[in-house]
Amino acid sequence: MRHDLPQPSVDDIQALIDGQLHLEGPLLPILHAIQEEFGHVPEAAIPLVAESLNLTRAEVHGVMSFYHDFREVPAGRHVVRICRAEACQSMGANVLAEETLAKLGLEWHGTTANGAVTIEPVYCLGLCACAPAAMVDGRVVGRVDAAKMDEIIAEAGA
Amino acid sequence: MKDFIIPWDDADMGTPVSKSEKMITLTIDGSEITVPEGTSVMRASAEAGIQVPKLCASDNLEAFGSCRLCVVEIEGRRGTPASCTTPVSEGMVVHTQSSKVKKIRKGVMELYVSDHPLDCLTCSANGDCELQDMAGMVGLRDVRYTPGQNHYDPSGTGARSQAEAKLRMPTGDLGNPLFTPKDDSNPYFTYDPSKCIVCSRCVRACEEVQGTFALTIEGRGFGSRVSAGAAMDDFLSSDCVSCGACVQACPTATLQEKSVAELGTPERAVITTCAYCGVGCSFKAEMNGDELVRMTPYKHGKANRGHSCVKGRFAYGYANHKDRILNPMIRDTIHDPWREVSWEEALDFAARRMKGLQERYGRKSVGVITSSRCTNEETYLVQKLARGVFLNNNTDTCARVCHSPTGYGLGQTFGTSAGTQDFDSVEATDVMVVIGANPTDAHPVFGSRMKKRLREGAKLIVIDPRRIDLVKSAHVEAAHHLALRPGTNVAVVTALAHVIVTEGLMDEAYIRERCDWNEFQEYAEFVSQDRHSPEATESLTGVPAEELRAAARLYATGGNGAIYYGLGVTEHSQGSTTVMGIANLAMLTGNVGGNGMGVNPLRGQNNVQGSCDMGSFPHELPGYRHVKNADVRAIFEQAWGVQIDPEPGLRIPNMLDAAVDGTFKGLYCQGEDILQSDPDTKHVAAGLAAMECVIVHDLFLNETANYAHVFLPGSTFLEKDGTFTNAERRINRVRRVMAPKNGYADWEVTQLLANAMGADWTYTHPTQIMDEIAATTPSFAGVSYELLEEKGSVQWPVNEAHPEGTPLMHVDGFVRGKGRFIVTEYVATEERTGPRFPLLLTTGRILSQYNVGAQTRRTENSVWHKEDVLEIHPHDAETRGVTDGAWIRLASRSGETTLRAKITDRVSPGVVYTTFHHPDTQANVVTTDFSDWATNCPEYKVTAVQVAPSNGPSDWQEDYAAQAAQARRILPAAE
Repeated sequence: MRHDLPQPSVDDIQALIDGQLHLEGPLLPILHAIQEEFGHVPEAAIPLVAESLNLTRAEVHGVMSFYHDFREVPAGRHVVRICRAEACQSMGANVLAEETLAKLGLEWHGTTANGAVTIEPVYCLGLCACAPAAMVDGRVVGRVDAAKMDEIIAEAGA
Repeated sequence: MKDFIIPWDDADMGTPVSKSEKMITLTIDGSEITVPEGTSVMRASAEAGIQVPKLCASDNLEAFGSCRLCVVEIEGRRGTPASCTTPVSEGMVVHTQSSKVKKIRKGVMELYVSDHPLDCLTCSANGDCELQDMAGMVGLRDVRYTPGQNHYDPSGTGARSQAEAKLRMPTGDLGNPLFTPKDDSNPYFTYDPSKCIVCSRCVRACEEVQGTFALTIEGRGFGSRVSAGAAMDDFLSSDCVSCGACVQACPTATLQEKSVAELGTPERAVITTCAYCGVGCSFKAEMNGDELVRMTPYKHGKANRGHSCVKGRFAYGYANHKDRILNPMIRDTIHDPWREVSWEEALDFAARRMKGLQERYGRKSVGVITSSRCTNEETYLVQKLARGVFLNNNTDTCARVCHSPTGYGLGQTFGTSAGTQDFDSVEATDVMVVIGANPTDAHPVFGSRMKKRLREGAKLIVIDPRRIDLVKSAHVEAAHHLALRPGTNVAVVTALAHVIVTEGLMDEAYIRERCDWNEFQEYAEFVSQDRHSPEATESLTGVPAEELRAAARLYATGGNGAIYYGLGVTEHSQGSTTVMGIANLAMLTGNVGGNGMGVNPLRGQNNVQGSCDMGSFPHELPGYRHVKNADVRAIFEQAWGVQIDPEPGLRIPNMLDAAVDGTFKGLYCQGEDILQSDPDTKHVAAGLAAMECVIVHDLFLNETANYAHVFLPGSTFLEKDGTFTNAERRINRVRRVMAPKNGYADWEVTQLLANAMGADWTYTHPTQIMDEIAATTPSFAGVSYELLEEKGSVQWPVNEAHPEGTPLMHVDGFVRGKGRFIVTEYVATEERTGPRFPLLLTTGRILSQYNVGAQTRRTENSVWHKEDVLEIHPHDAETRGVTDGAWIRLASRSGETTLRAKITDRVSPGVVYTTFHHPDTQANVVTTDFSDWATNCPEYKVTAVQVAPSNGPSDWQEDYAAQAAQARRILPAAE
C-alpha cells in the first residue's frame, strides 16, 4: 500500500459504492464515482468494491486495469495528453512527445515533482486534420508544436 | 497436458463434450464423422483422429477463441473461423490443412514466439510444452521480428542454463519495463510472467473449474498479463486456494509445479485414488522410476472429473517426511524408550502379549480399531483379525466418531447406510440444502462442482451456525442462511417439516406410493403440532421464523432438491435423530430416487464409507449384517473356519471405559489417532494408559503411540494396492506406484500379526481379499479387480441386478420396502451454557489441513494454517477484553487449552469455533463425553465453554508436551 497517498475512509468509499448499487452492471459506475471523488481509485477500495458486488479482488483489478483512465494514483493538477496515433505521428508527434518528456524529466504517465502536470499518451483524439494534437484537462488543442507545448506547460505551472 | 505419458484416452479434445442426443454428420479432411449437436468443429476433428493446432482450448473449459491457431476453412463459409467456437452443422465440409490456414497459423505462432524466451532446453516445461508442440506442428521455421521491448529478459535468451540466465541478468534496472520476475510465493508452484502467452486458460480454469476467481488478466493488449488477486497481491496473498487447476491448464512453463522444475519431466503415470477426504478423487501419479514427480487429477475420474484440491494435488510430501517411522519398535512399558527391532521380534512380542492377555483376562479383553484411511481390503482383514483370530467382536472404527449416525439413520428410514446419489447428480439439482457441512473446505472438489451448479442458477440453503464460504463468496450467494444455535438441528429440521406439512407442500402421491402411509400420518400429526412451528422454536434455535418458512417453501417447491450434510449433523447427542429428520424431509417432498435429488452425507475420510461397509462395527459383519443373524455368521464361519461370537463387541468409548475399569487390556489400532481425534482427551489417555498392550500401526509416532507398547510402521497409499470407497459408494482402485518404504503394505502387516497369533492366512495380493469380500458380502458380489480395471470404478451395490454398479439408489422404491417416517422429538443436549460456561464451542476443519493433521502438518500446507485459532464474534471478544491474535484460554467442564483468537463475524454472538488439526492445541481436551443416543457418536459440535485472555499454554498442554517428549524417545539401534 502506498502510504504517501491520501487514504479515504472505508465509510466514504462504501457510501460511493452504495450510491451506484441500484444500477444494472454497477462496477464501472462505481469505479467512476470513486475516481471522481478521490482523483484515483485507492487500493483500499478494491476489496470493498469486490465485497459489495460479490466479486473477487482479481476481477475488479482486471476490469480497472483494462481501462487506462482509471488511476491507481492521483494525477497532477493538470493532465496533458499527447496523441500518438498514426496521423499525429506522421506530423511529428513522436518528437514533440520525446522533447516534452525530456524537458520535464518524466516517463509516460509521470507527474512533475511539484504536482502540476501529468503527461499521458492518448491514441487518437479525432483531431487528425489538426495534427499533432493534444488534450489539456479535457480540452483538445490542435497543431501543437514545441512552442505551443511550452506555453501549455508554462500555463500549467510545471 | 502430458499426452505422451498416458496414451489411452487421455488426449485433450479441445472443448467440452456435448450432452445433446441429436446427432450431426459432417466431413473433416475427407473423413465422415458423426457427433452430438453442439460439438465444436475442433472436438469433432479430434474424435475423427485429426488434431487441429490449439493453444487456448482445453476440454475442461468452455471455448474461448482467443489464440487464433485453430482456424479452419469450411466450404461455403467466408473467412477462417476458429474451430473451437464453431459448432458443427449437418453436411458441413471442413478443411483443417489448407494453404490459407497454414499461413495464418505460422504467422500467429511467429507472433507468440516473438515474445517468448527461447530457453527451451533448460526450461522446466521442456518436453511438456504445448507452445513447443504447436510451433512444431505448424512448421514454424523462422521468426522475422527483431527483439524489442519484451516481457522476458532478453539477456537470458540462448543461455545454456537457468543459472547462466540468472548470471547474465542485469541487477537493478533491466531496461525492460515489461519484465516481471517470477512469483515464488506459493510453496508448490511458480508463476513466471515472462513465459506467459496470455491464453487465459489459467484464469478460466480458476473461474469455471475451481470457482474461486482468484486470477485475472491485468492490463490490455501487449501489456496484458495474468495477475493473482489485485495489484498488491502475489499468489499466496491472493484468494488462490492452490487447487492446481491453473497449473494443469497452463500450456507453458508459466505456471509450473516446483517438483517438476526440480525432478524433471515424468516418464510414466499410474492411475490411483487420493487418500485424503471422502470425495475420492482419481489422480495420475506421475513418476520417474519409483520417484513421484507430481500428482495430477485424472480427467476420467468419475468423482472429480479432472479436478483436485491443494491436499490431493500437492500435499503428498509426508510420505518422505523425516518423522516417518520405518522400523518396528517395541517397549515393555510406556515409560521406557522405544527399541527398534526386527519385524519378527515385534510381531512375536505383540502376538505373545495379546495371547497372554486373552489367557489371563478372557477372550474379550482385546480388540481392534480399523482405519478409515486404509483400503477396504486392509480394513476387512483387521475386523477379520478380531472376529476370526481374537474370536470376539471388539472391532470399531473412526466412523464411530463421525458418520455412525448416518449409517443408523439412513438404514432405519431408507434401508441403506449410505448416500443416495452420485456426485454427477449435483448437475441436475435445483435446490441444494447444505446442513452442518463446509464443502469448500472439507470436500473442496465437490464444493467446486456445487459452486458451478450454483452459478448456473441452482438455489442454496445453508443451515450452519457459522457463515461458511458457500453462504457468500464470489458469484455464489445462499438464498437462505439459517444460522442456528449449535445443538438445535432437530428443532430446525422438524420446523422445516412443520412448514411443509402444515402448508400442504408435501408430495402426497409420492408418499402414498413409496412410503408407509400410516407412519406418515402419525409423523404428520406430530410435526403439525404448534410447538414445532418456526415461531415456537425461534427462541430456542435463534433462526428467524420467516427465514425458516421461506427456506422450507423453497426446498419443497424449487424443483429437484438435494440435501448434503456433514458432521455438523451427526456429531451431536441427537445426531441419529437429525439424520432421520433429514430423510423425512426428502421423503415428504419426493426428493429421493431421481437424478439431482437425494440425501447425501459428505463422508469425512477417504475410506470411511468402505470401513463401515467392511464390517468394522462391533455389531455388524461386512455388508451391514448384524452378528446375531446365524445365517450371516454361517457364511463367514464357513469361509474362515472359526466360530463367530454372536454377541456384539465393544465400541471405542466402551473399550476405553472397560480399560479404565480393568477389563479391556489390549488394542490393535491401525491408522487412527484416537488420542487426538476422540473427544475428552484425558479420558482417552486414561483408558490407553490402563491397557497392557497397545499396538499402533501408523506412519508416524502419533499421539496415541505415546501410550503404545508396539509400533508397527505403516505404508502410504502410494505403496500398496487396494480399493477405497468414497462418499457416493464408489469403489476406486488404489495402485502401488512404489515399494513400501517400511517393507510391508498394511494388509501384509495385519496378516503377519494374525499368523503370529496362530492364524493361517495366505493372501499374496489384495485382489484375493476382494474376492473373499465379494464371495461373502451381497452388495459387493460383483466386485472384482477385473471389473474395476474395465470400468475404472463402480458404485455398490454391484450384484446380479446391477452388474455395473448403482449410481442412484432407491430409484424404483426404497431398499427397505416402504420408506419409513420416524418421529423426531427434539431433546436438548445435556451440555448447556450457564454462568461459568456461557459460550458454545463448535469445531470443524479447514481447506489446507486434514483432520488431526498427521499428514498435512508434515507438508508445506502449513503455510496456510500454522496453528488452530479460535473464531469469536467481536461482541463476545470485546466483553472479555480479547483482541485479535491474542492468546486466550478456552475452558469447558472437561478441560482447558490455550490458543490464539481470531475476531470475526462469521460466527454468531454466543458461538465460538475452532479446528482440531494441531496436537499442541488439543481442542478435544475441551470437548465432552456426551454422545449420540443411538450410536455413541461424540458430541464434538456442542461444548459449553468460557474464553478468557491468557499468557500461554495451560498446565495440561505443558504436562502433555513433557509426557509426549518422554514417550517418543527412541534408543539408538544396537550394533
